[in-house]
Amino acid sequence: MDKLKQEKQQVKNINSNYALGFSMPEIGTFKTPKGINEKVITQISKQKNEPNWMLEKRLQAFEVFKEKPMPKWGANLSDINFDNFYYYVKPEGRPTKTWDEVPDDIKNTFDKIGIPQAEREYLAGVKSQYDSEVMYGSIKPALEKQGVLFLSFDEALKLHPDIIKQYFGTIIPATDNKFAALNTAVWSGGSFVYVPENVKVNLPLQAYFRINSSNAGQFERTLIIAEKGASVHYTEGCSAPAYSSGSLHSAVVEIIVKENAKVQYTTIQNWYKNVYNLVTKRAIAHKNATMSWVDCNLGSKITMKYPSVYLVGEHAHGEILSIAFAGKGQHQDAGGKIIHNAPNTSSLITSKSICKNGGRSSYRGLLHVAKNAKNSKSKVVCDALILDNKSQTDTYPTMDIKNNKVKIEHEATVSKVSEKQLFYLISRGLSEKEASSLIVNGFIEPIVKELPMEYAVELNRLIKLEMAGSVG
Amino acid sequence: MKLKIKNLHAEITQTGEKILNGVTLTINKGETHAFMGPNGSGKSTLANVLMGNPEYTVTNGSVILNNVEILGLTADERAKLGLFLAFQYPTEIPGVPIRSFLLKAYNAVKSTTISPKQFIKLVDEKAKLVNISDNILKRNLNEGFSGGEKKKLEIMQLAVLSPNFAILDETDSGLDVDALQNVSKAINIVQKDTGTGIILITHYQRILKYIKPDFVHVFKDGKIIKSGDYKLAQKLEQTGYANI
Repeated sequence: MDKLKQEKQQVKNINSNYALGFSMPEIGTFKTPKGINEKVITQISKQKNEPNWMLEKRLQAFEVFKEKPMPKWGANLSDINFDNFYYYVKPEGRPTKTWDEVPDDIKNTFDKIGIPQAEREYLAGVKSQYDSEVMYGSIKPALEKQGVLFLSFDEALKLHPDIIKQYFGTIIPATDNKFAALNTAVWSGGSFVYVPENVKVNLPLQAYFRINSSNAGQFERTLIIAEKGASVHYTEGCSAPAYSSGSLHSAVVEIIVKENAKVQYTTIQNWYKNVYNLVTKRAIAHKNATMSWVDCNLGSKITMKYPSVYLVGEHAHGEILSIAFAGKGQHQDAGGKIIHNAPNTSSLITSKSICKNGGRSSYRGLLHVAKNAKNSKSKVVCDALILDNKSQTDTYPTMDIKNNKVKIEHEATVSKVSEKQLFYLISRGLSEKEASSLIVNGFIEPIVKELPMEYAVELNRLIKLEMAGSVG
Repeated sequence: MKLKIKNLHAEITQTGEKILNGVTLTINKGETHAFMGPNGSGKSTLANVLMGNPEYTVTNGSVILNNVEILGLTADERAKLGLFLAFQYPTEIPGVPIRSFLLKAYNAVKSTTISPKQFIKLVDEKAKLVNISDNILKRNLNEGFSGGEKKKLEIMQLAVLSPNFAILDETDSGLDVDALQNVSKAINIVQKDTGTGIILITHYQRILKYIKPDFVHVFKDGKIIKSGDYKLAQKLEQTGYANI
């Protein structure tokens, strides 16, 4: 009883401002037993009626997962107990294309989050995943006619097995890291986007991920292919109920940006503050292609995520904008990687991190310029803002430059919200909270102005919520 | 309406160093009091203590603004009672646009919600007073501003917020002759329009050519050692502080 009370208090303490912390009754119709083993993996594969090659890939990946040690170089993952998660929770009902058919609990959840409204107002298509499965999806008919595919990954495997087979795990093989291996072994849900040659998708496609069941892991898999001259903006958001026991989110996102194509991938990560968010994201950019990651991490207990761009064709351009906000009990270990592997390529990494109330934010980045990548340019800017003496920020920039015909700039700043700034604003009539939140907003402003309006508004709203809880 | 300072003692919070040693003065609305004195005499400390800067701790005395004891209040509460400090070194706040900051400040001190359109009109009008261009107004708060631009922006904020009492901490330093004239003109207009009581802290007599003080106080060792009218300032110019 005491323990239950304690846990409830913990939940309260973690975040009293987390509006998305509600939960629905668990309605899973099928749930693998706790823990992971060959049997669980085979069950998942069976549930999905997959081709045999996929099961083989899963089982091979599981071997890799078992062999690889826990990464020790980043955030502290020692509390993760892999036996304690449910690796597959299938919600009741079938995936639907019309809102009316979505089961009520799920509908209510996504309603509260605002998905249908967003879909009506400014999206070209949506995919909404609830625990392990995508339960609702739609795409504007005009795009469908142009040959744009926006499918759940499971649908894609059924409808286009050859494309999936061709690309699956080619950008991020299971051997890449322990969590990529885990995802490959137990993946479920996620989305597949295919944009044909020269088709430009003007409105964003959005995926929303919701973990509802306690102790459930979510392991979605995303593959985006932009053919020559195509362009698309993909966005994702996520949240989870305020449970006392943690969840594990471990996704893999692979993106192929072909010649002259352009892809932007925007994430607003707002997991509940006990979720482990360990994600591998990587894009490969061909000749003249542009790939940009906009990665905003506000939620989760621990995030380790470093979106990467491999620039493999001449004049390819990669951009990473990273925002991290670490509050009480949070460690945001975020950043990015750019690999220049062709001449005349260019890149820009901008990272802004904020920590308060004992939170910790780390920038971890890699800039690699290969021998053949002559005349390449790169700029890395990482700024950290610390709101109080209890919080911590660190920077781990790695530069690995293999030729000297390159132009590299690197700037890093750490600033504390100064008493002088606070007093200036407060003396003009602003409360201490308003003053510090204004300073934080000003700090991230250069990134926010790069976001589409709706996301900028959402990000500002979330930061305001985080700041509202920043007493002491 | 009065600002009554009585036997005010204060020290630096961190070091305990005593700076103010018993300041007593009453300022009526509409009056201008010039504070002059050598470097390190405690003039800026007085400005910051009146506004409620936590870098200083009051050890004795009282400050009553319109019958309210303000020493226990936070700086924002003092601002809402109509107190304003134009800083000697205004701090830069990157990424915060001037207009949106000032709108928040305006609504806070006036306890109102002005329409953005009305507010833009108000700000534009006050910006003209101190000769601040639209290009500067579009920028972020003091970010990358020259010393003179910062001072002009302080006085523009004074004009927009039209407080009951304003402390101007060496507003004249860092201004060229033209800017000094503009700024002085703006201060005079604010005072005429709102009847603001002004504490004008300065090293130099030159601003007093444009803003005529009702009283001049000589400040030394953390207190007022002599008070008089405009003639006292002229005398100071000739003899220096040492002979007062």
